[in-house]
Amino acid sequence: MNEKKSDFVKFEQVDKSYDGKELVVKGLDLDISEGEFLTLLGPSGSGKTTTLMMLAGFETPTNGEIYFDGRPINNIPPHKRGIGMVFQNYALFPHLSVFENLAFPLKVRKIDKAEIEERINRTLKMVSLTGFENRMPAQLSGGQQQRVAVARALVFDPKLVLMDEPLGALDKNLRESMQYELKHIHESLGVTVVYVTHDQGEALTMSNRIAVFNDGKVQQLSGPNELYETPVNSFVASFIGENNTFTGTVTEIASGSAKIQTDSGDTIFANPIAVNSSGDKSRISLRPERVSIDPNEQLENQFTSVIREIIYHGDHTRVRVNLLGNDEFILKVPNASSDLDFNVGDNLDLGWSSHDCRALDY
Amino acid sequence: MTNGEIRTSDGELLSVKLKKVESRKRTGALILVLPLLLFIIITYIFPIIQMLQRSVDNTQMNDLLNNTYQVIQNWDGSDFPPEEVVKTFYNDLKYLSENKLHGKIAVRLNYEKGGFSSLIKKTVRKLDSFDTNGNYLQQFKEIHKRWADQEYWLALKRATVPYHGRKYLASFDFKQDFDGSIVRIEEKKRINVTLWLRTIYVALGVTLCCLILAYPIAHLLSVLPTRYSNLLMICVLLPFWTSLLVRTSSWMVLLQTQGVLNDFLVFLGIVADENRLELMYNMTGTFIAMTQILLPFMVLPLYSVMKTISPSLMRAATSMGATPFHAFRKIYFPLTYAGISAGSILVFVLAIGYYITPALVGGAKGTLISNRIAYHMQSTLDWSYATAMATILLVGVLVVYYVYNRVVGIDNMRLG
Repeated sequence: MNEKKSDFVKFEQVDKSYDGKELVVKGLDLDISEGEFLTLLGPSGSGKTTTLMMLAGFETPTNGEIYFDGRPINNIPPHKRGIGMVFQNYALFPHLSVFENLAFPLKVRKIDKAEIEERINRTLKMVSLTGFENRMPAQLSGGQQQRVAVARALVFDPKLVLMDEPLGALDKNLRESMQYELKHIHESLGVTVVYVTHDQGEALTMSNRIAVFNDGKVQQLSGPNELYETPVNSFVASFIGENNTFTGTVTEIASGSAKIQTDSGDTIFANPIAVNSSGDKSRISLRPERVSIDPNEQLENQFTSVIREIIYHGDHTRVRVNLLGNDEFILKVPNASSDLDFNVGDNLDLGWSSHDCRALDY
Repeated sequence: MTNGEIRTSDGELLSVKLKKVESRKRTGALILVLPLLLFIIITYIFPIIQMLQRSVDNTQMNDLLNNTYQVIQNWDGSDFPPEEVVKTFYNDLKYLSENKLHGKIAVRLNYEKGGFSSLIKKTVRKLDSFDTNGNYLQQFKEIHKRWADQEYWLALKRATVPYHGRKYLASFDFKQDFDGSIVRIEEKKRINVTLWLRTIYVALGVTLCCLILAYPIAHLLSVLPTRYSNLLMICVLLPFWTSLLVRTSSWMVLLQTQGVLNDFLVFLGIVADENRLELMYNMTGTFIAMTQILLPFMVLPLYSVMKTISPSLMRAATSMGATPFHAFRKIYFPLTYAGISAGSILVFVLAIGYYITPALVGGAKGTLISNRIAYHMQSTLDWSYATAMATILLVGVLVVYYVYNRVVGIDNMRLG
């Protein structure tokens, strides 16, 4: 078996500017390994779609080089790259039936009729749309159109498939089931997928690795759990999942622990991730589920808060409290522990370990 | 509740109540469109009915010579009309001359056969010297030798029927011969068929030119950012805001032998001074000017269709390995069919009835059927001839619309 290349796709110092004044993508270095499901995640305008479009060939890098399977591809037009693509609004050809849509990339490649039919049947079976060959795209539901779009991008066996927010137009339930379906398709085909989304849940569910984009740069590139558990900077911490923050100044620092005086004047023990010396300004990040309510054991950080708002969420209850001057501190209480009886205005004792509380850049 | 009838809460039958409520809404809508409806009926429908009627109408002659018409129908057209017919004609003629109405029939009969006008005038002068005791035909023949020509009597018979389709025949260079058969007119007089063919040729040609010119412009309009596309749209629509006459006249300035375009070509040395191009008073002029004037009618429907084509379709096609040209041919072009057909039918229909431009820049070689209609309206005053041709034009356009509606569907026509 061939060894999987770790730099199947390689971005080397890629810059992109549309107007000659601002860089949309800044000095991008990114390696994508073969067979990987890599998600480019970021808010709108962060450069993730531009990156995808450069890889597809619809945009030209202003600087730098992109390699695909070892070849530089800057000067190869999109139709010669052999990269499959799923578009945001599916981009199905409205005047062609499902069969003809799927046959389009095969006819272009001059594949003979019998083989076309065989491949289309196989692909439609994969996306569970057998029997829909003669429907027109307008006669399909959003989810079905989406499957056709995926099938069309896969039917010519590309080594790399790009997906540009393909689930954006679907409703929540359908989106979730499609996420699993795409993940399974990826696993069974072993094709390399580069997926663009601004939905962190989607990214966490599907990807092998996630590249978090902001301001034209990759902020962090790592696996889903690493990204959630150990964000390297405040942007990633706040963008992925729910996050409580305090701001303050480092007063003492030792290996594995830093003493930080918050703006409200209290002292928090935190895990120093992006602070080096005392006097550094820091933003402290703490996940809601890492906070214990009425802790039994002794924790480094223990404070009393005041309940401001209680929001029932079905499987859990969200409690907004005022803690150390932060009025937006959120707690997640699983509804299994129904013995807890809260009222707005009550005091609540909270505690957390210094390890779970990450002192990041300001 | 009996017989499964559904009633509303106040006990009325649901179907009756629904009709009542809906009809109130309908009346309201009708009142709103009433002014326009009346306007269209008065200024459009009514004149068209008039036109249709006038093209076959001969009731004026029929009224003036009604007695003659009653008896001349019994004459089978062989030899000369029987005494009774000639006598009735004499009486009609006498009555008309006493009331000074014979001028009208003289003009009308002259359309039917040349020389009739003077024949009637001479006859009327001698009516008083007629011997009313008998042998009218002989006396007619003595007044003028043309009455001895059977064709004049046949012409009289044909001219008195209340309705006829002769102008329609004439519009296609046919006529009804004296024996009633339909034959083509003499070759040197055949002008209408040439004009019809030329009109269709020009209309098709202009449509094609407009399509070739408008397609790229419409595409550009649909892909440019709004800022630039608005500016370009103004350029496209600018001709709309200029008087048609002014535009056509400016083409005359540009195209004439000593005009701007020829001067420029001579200046560039492409054309020798002594062989300046004849760009006007021929088909070339008609083509150029009409294409320019009708271009917006092609651009707008194309633009409105192209605007709805997502750019990601072309991207999708190229990402699947299609060359840009292949993607255009298989994906983009088929999606613009609705715009192409809508624009083509608009331009074609407008071009087929175009009048001012061919009249001004067309010259003799560039005149179209509409100019012929105007000629009969204004110069020969043969309105039934003009309306017959106009009716044929109208029917032709309706047929084109019908076919379009069957093939494409009229609701696919959009202008903005």
